[in-house]
Amino acid sequence: MLQTSLKHILTEQDFQDTLRSNENVMICCGRMGPMCIPVYEVMDELQGDYDHVAFRDMEFDGPIGHLIRTLPECKSFRGLPFTVYFKNGKVVRATTSIQTKDQVTEILDAEYAARAAK
Amino acid sequence: MTWDGNPNTYDVIVVGAGPAGLTAGIYLGRAKMRTLVLNEGPVGGQLVLTHEIANYPGVESISGYQLAATMKKQASTFGCTIRSNVAVTNFDLDGEVKTIEVNGKETFCAPAIILAMGGRSRMLSVPGEQEFKGKGISYCATCDGDFFQDKDIIVVGGGNSALEEAVSLTKYARSVTIVHQFDEFQAFAHAIEEARANAKISFIMQSTVTEFMGNGFLQSVKIRNLVSGEITERAIDGVFIFIGYVPNTEKFVGRVQLNSGGEVVVNSSLETNVQGVYAAGDSIQKKYRQVTTAVADGTIAALSAIGHLHNHRANQLEKAL
Repeated sequence: MLQTSLKHILTEQDFQDTLRSNENVMICCGRMGPMCIPVYEVMDELQGDYDHVAFRDMEFDGPIGHLIRTLPECKSFRGLPFTVYFKNGKVVRATTSIQTKDQVTEILDAEYAARAAK
Repeated sequence: MTWDGNPNTYDVIVVGAGPAGLTAGIYLGRAKMRTLVLNEGPVGGQLVLTHEIANYPGVESISGYQLAATMKKQASTFGCTIRSNVAVTNFDLDGEVKTIEVNGKETFCAPAIILAMGGRSRMLSVPGEQEFKGKGISYCATCDGDFFQDKDIIVVGGGNSALEEAVSLTKYARSVTIVHQFDEFQAFAHAIEEARANAKISFIMQSTVTEFMGNGFLQSVKIRNLVSGEITERAIDGVFIFIGYVPNTEKFVGRVQLNSGGEVVVNSSLETNVQGVYAAGDSIQKKYRQVTTAVADGTIAALSAIGHLHNHRANQLEKAL
């Protein structure tokens, strides 16, 4: 299990339930490596500001890592982590390798409209 | 020290939360200084980019992430406030009280500042590099090496990281070609010997990659021979870039003294040329960049800043009398 403070997706059922019960879902699929940890930290920081988005992580090498690894949107990816943004269960954006807070925020604002009032 | 009650007023502001900045935070917090640590990226800096640290005295083996997390916890426990992923948008280092604005909206002030912004991996900055980052271009062999099983890859660089990572990448790749701009390597002799002895590794010297090309993912590169000027195109599956680090000091050009490499010039107390401004860690002018040297810098800068604050306080009392 990833050592992050994010909610982990551990089973295929969990994955399907998360997509079904949340309109906006961001999943970071990676390892506890140098390119992945900064993305988990950014997600953790943004959770409070984007309460209309479900932030989750998933082990790249775990039993359900293939659910992200084999997405057509990730076909050309060769850098961890694979970060995928879902809206109503459909992939709307995917990024590969390390991302900054600004890059993540830009996608969240573009794909998930206005952030929730705080 | 005395506090005016303004929540944005501190005794010391540390810019950077790598090992130098966090160590400064630990010492300052423990000395009961109101301390704010600001960091543009995630806490830990380059430290979290290290998978395993086996030469930190007193700790046999630990991941960079764990060590950084422990340092952060220590600094917080001693009362230090840490704000990560914020952008320093303006600052004034002159005068007795210095100000730092973050995210264009919040301003903090303190009589002492410690600059510990660290460094970042140097990029080639050639066409295609941004486009193919994570799609064939990588800066981390341990992270992405296994995407290149039985593939042909290039490693750019000639220092210890480049040669050591080239050897480690031969576990996955069919072939590894090292492209280096000089006619000899800057790495330690043992690293050069190990690379030269590896049958999967070949070398293109006095050359540099000038462009990355592909369709959705990296497929080829252009390589320029720096002696003849000849440019050749080479089909390739991946490129790993290890060409050193650059200090994160761009914002401070003209505000504190930097050397020609952009490193902050300091004295043995880690004072910069601006009174009340200190610097520590990988962004300062020094020869060796290790976690241990960054930690030592953080300690020295914090103790120097505390000395400065005592003088500042004495001056304020004298003026008040």
